[in-house]
Amino acid sequence: MSLSNEAADGIARATGVDPIFGKLSWGVFPFYEPIILYTFIVVAIGGGAVVGALTYFRLWGYLWKEWFTSIDHKKIGIMYMVLGLVMLLRGFADALMMRGHQAIAASGGEGFLNAHHYDQIFTAHGVIMIFFVAMPFVTGFMNYVMPLQIGARDVAFPFLNNLSFWLTVSGAVLIMMSLFIGEFSTAGWLAYAPFSGLDYSPSVGMDYYLWSLNIAGIGTTLSGINLVVTIVKMRAPGMTLMKMPVFTWTALCTNILIVATFPVLTATLALLTADRYLGTHFFTNDLGGNPMMYVNLIWIWGHPEVYILILPIFGIFSEIVPTFTGKRLFGYTSMVYATCVIMILSYLVWLHHFFTMGAGANVNAFFGITTMVISIPTGAKIFNWLFTMYKGRIRFETPMLWVMGFMLTFVLGGMTGVLLAVPPADYVLHNSLFLIAHFHNVIIGGVVFGIFAGIIYWWPKAFGFKLEPFWGKVSFWCWLIGFYLAFMPLYVLGLMGVTRRLSQFEDTFYSIYFVIALFGALFIAAGIGAFLVQIYVSIRRRDELRDTTGDPWGGRTLEWSTSSPPPYYNFAFTPRVHELDAFTQMKREGFVRPTEGFVPIHMPRYTATGVVMAGLLTVMGFALVWHIWWLAAVSFAATLVYGIGHTFNYDRDYYVPADEVKDIEDQRTQALAGAAE
Amino acid sequence: MSDTGANPPKEFFVIEDPHHGDDHGEHHHETGTMLGFWIYLMSDCLIFGILFATYAVLGQNYAAGPAPADLFEIEKILLATFALLFSSITYGFAVLRMDMDDLRGTVLWLIVTGLFGAGFLYLEFQEFSHLWHIGATPMASAFLSSFFFLVGTHGLHVLGGSIWLIVLLMQLGQRGLTHENKRRVMCLSLFWHFLDLIWIGVFSLVYLTGVLL
Repeated sequence: MSLSNEAADGIARATGVDPIFGKLSWGVFPFYEPIILYTFIVVAIGGGAVVGALTYFRLWGYLWKEWFTSIDHKKIGIMYMVLGLVMLLRGFADALMMRGHQAIAASGGEGFLNAHHYDQIFTAHGVIMIFFVAMPFVTGFMNYVMPLQIGARDVAFPFLNNLSFWLTVSGAVLIMMSLFIGEFSTAGWLAYAPFSGLDYSPSVGMDYYLWSLNIAGIGTTLSGINLVVTIVKMRAPGMTLMKMPVFTWTALCTNILIVATFPVLTATLALLTADRYLGTHFFTNDLGGNPMMYVNLIWIWGHPEVYILILPIFGIFSEIVPTFTGKRLFGYTSMVYATCVIMILSYLVWLHHFFTMGAGANVNAFFGITTMVISIPTGAKIFNWLFTMYKGRIRFETPMLWVMGFMLTFVLGGMTGVLLAVPPADYVLHNSLFLIAHFHNVIIGGVVFGIFAGIIYWWPKAFGFKLEPFWGKVSFWCWLIGFYLAFMPLYVLGLMGVTRRLSQFEDTFYSIYFVIALFGALFIAAGIGAFLVQIYVSIRRRDELRDTTGDPWGGRTLEWSTSSPPPYYNFAFTPRVHELDAFTQMKREGFVRPTEGFVPIHMPRYTATGVVMAGLLTVMGFALVWHIWWLAAVSFAATLVYGIGHTFNYDRDYYVPADEVKDIEDQRTQALAGAAE
Repeated sequence: MSDTGANPPKEFFVIEDPHHGDDHGEHHHETGTMLGFWIYLMSDCLIFGILFATYAVLGQNYAAGPAPADLFEIEKILLATFALLFSSITYGFAVLRMDMDDLRGTVLWLIVTGLFGAGFLYLEFQEFSHLWHIGATPMASAFLSSFFFLVGTHGLHVLGGSIWLIVLLMQLGQRGLTHENKRRVMCLSLFWHFLDLIWIGVFSLVYLTGVLL
């Protein structure tokens, strides 16, 4: 075991604190781990190629001016999606390594990861998949689609939106840095105390975790505030609450949940940070600290978080099903109430994550019952989608395949969830692979399937051409088969008592199940590959896949009434809404697109403040991780000064001249005429 | 659908008069800012909620160290409390002056507010440094950790509010009572009163209860 000795050496050398470089030294680069060394070489070559290409094609200026400093909600939405996709590849690489390692370790081998490295990988996998894959995807959808659905020209606070995005990137950058500089946390995705305290996790990995999530979490809170105000204040005239599209409703509930829970995460992590940096005793074992307080607090955020992920996905399905069935959504009102009920109940179930804490039968019974009750509004939603499809003319386009895959898979995951909600059963299944199978069942079968459905559904709106269906279908079937192969064995293993997070096995009896799971993961890898091929092929064939109408699927909501891609001001004239499914009504009553009488449009200016502030905060986070106090102080002060300086800029918006609007709209008129011929 | 009809039917679009198009949009944004700031305050309130909850759970874990009755000098705390409460009243006067479009009066009352705030911060700093000197540091016990974090987070907010106040005074000096500046005065007003409210919770739960028990 010379590897772990070298690792220990590197860490020991890293613990000396230099006044200028803090804990940084040559020993902190973990290149004695061959896997990390090769990863680094590949990333360096790949990253170098990307940077070189951007420089060669002189794209930096374009990226900076048109994207990084953009406060257009559509561009920010697309950037969130790109972030999610990039981090999906990283998070999935972790998943493949775990599956590969466990398959070998369960078959009598030692596996290719030492225990310390394995611990970092399962921690990184969880953190990345939730915070930097699922969250950016979901936030990206809400940013892109919601303002278009409510007939707005941007969000309520466009600059804040840009800042929120870059703070999320800042968190992601810190996690990516931990791969090559130092190490990442080994404490699992929620960093339970006291293990995450200084006594048991003295390395910088935990500090990367804390600063990454502290910075990204603030971005998410700000984005939540922004989108709530947007929905409440900026809806098109006539769009009363009960005429809002369901996706907008779910976005509203999600963002309320974000505002109501992310501050809890921020406060809890701040207290843990204080325990590690200042030596306080909130969650320590000694001097009166209470680790179970941490577990309670983190799950008060953590449980609503999973509903933050799934609610907008329910919204996406509620848009796709009526569109591809050619019918209005069955039970709109019940859908809205179900969403609200789920939003409230999600706040009342956190303790089911640790029934085994021993809070007593009454407490466990209360939380067991509230947990089971959530399945009622969720079930109502499933029936609503089913009844929408019933006797409809279903078009089996790719988004619809994902919907059907979701409905089967998610119901299964929901049922195992109800099983786990029974406290006595949970005592047996707690922390077993059964639990792992359950939450992947609902997160992959729900959130991930919904993300792919949504990407394919709104892609033509964002880029002006549809995604090619063949590779989309290949991707879907690989994901569906891959999911069942990868996680059904885990249910069985969990029932047999195999616990989560194991890197070594003494008994080869479980081998076959882990090998099947590995094949499942490979199928999913093929699914991700097919999705990337789908994008590549579609870009190559964009001219034949072009959508000139702005309404490629026969959509029912306002985003389909503008061009694809929409002009930066979204709507030349603010739409006026009379009923739910506003665009369906417009089409039914033969609306005429106004082609003259344009007025100047009030729009916000682009600004670099968000990128700069997030960049400075990334430096601050890095400096704090490595105890480089002077750099932390300087970058914090710089952030503050820069932010205050921004408030002295009163010239933040401008008017788009009516002539420019007319030019853009005339082009659209010609495109529409071309499409009609 | 591609008809290029001359007169757009009014019912599906808001047709704005080219000469009065702008006022509406501005107004829209104003109300949005106030709502957004309210929601931000509620999220901040939640952070304090967690700190209060932490204090409620850990506040009696003295770990053989000092207890509230050994530490708190309630007279000084009362003085600090009044400094903060008066600063809220004087902020109210500043807003009244602002509504009369009296820049001088607004600025003067804001300065008075800032002085009261500084007095509060001074008294808090004195208390903390006294505690530190007698060995009652946040590292001594879970009670002191949660005490320092609850009270200190409030103090940091007052400090932040004071910095904001200074920035705002500079902006008022530069541009006077413009639309944007009035909105900023109102936002800081909400923030300042909110901190007062939190302090009433701190005073009752931490200091009064601590001395009485």
